[in-house]
Amino acid sequence: MGADLTLPRITPYSSAHGLGAAGHGAGHWWAQRVSAIALVPLILWLVWALANGVATDYAALSIWLSAPINTVLMIMLLIAVFHHAALGLQVIAEDYIHSRMRFAVVALVQLACAAGGAAGVVATLLIAITS
Amino acid sequence: MTYPRPKSPNMQNYRPQLTSVMSFGHRLSGVALSLFAFGLAAWLVAGATGPAAFNHAQAVVLSGPGGVILFLATLAVFYHLCNGIRHLIWDSVHAFELRSIYVGGWAVIAASLLLTLALWVWVLI
Repeated sequence: MGADLTLPRITPYSSAHGLGAAGHGAGHWWAQRVSAIALVPLILWLVWALANGVATDYAALSIWLSAPINTVLMIMLLIAVFHHAALGLQVIAEDYIHSRMRFAVVALVQLACAAGGAAGVVATLLIAITS
Repeated sequence: MTYPRPKSPNMQNYRPQLTSVMSFGHRLSGVALSLFAFGLAAWLVAGATGPAAFNHAQAVVLSGPGGVILFLATLAVFYHLCNGIRHLIWDSVHAFELRSIYVGGWAVIAASLLLTLALWVWVLI
């Protein structure tokens, strides 16, 4: 007869699946690179714009961010930057925290970055629409 | 989870080298830039709140300590940007020879310092 199917079968794969490096590591790696490539032009755009005084006072900020191209670029930058930050901070937490605190810190990093990105995007839209 | 596995990285066992110091710098600037991302979001929230709140935010950003932090932020941006491009080149399996790694490392340090200096000369003059 075959194996007793009522007993749990512990294979090397089944004991590792879902515990981290069992499939989604490649997705994390790719997301880090894709967001990095997106951020090269986006961060240069932001630094160059701010260095040229596009937002020195409230009136200038309103005019600058209500131009559709700038609204879109700022929202893309916020999404890319907070996604990239969450991925990077998670790796650092996983490298240096060896206790049960690791899960809490990774969860806090993910939630804080999601909140930061959401707040930035909503603020950008409000500035763009209400000016 | 209680199995006593060796833990990595054990940085204190190694003499600092250009490669390891730059790697640490990439992480340090990354953590700093994550904090600056929250600063950017807060600055935008101040702008969405209204002129009074935005003027207050601008006063903080353009104050003495704010200016020093802003300068360090641009240094972190250019270092992380240049070294990030170095990492992307490595990801494409190029410039992996020891000599290329050191030449690229010094090029990143020179480029990030020059870009930061050039930006502030442009802003202040």
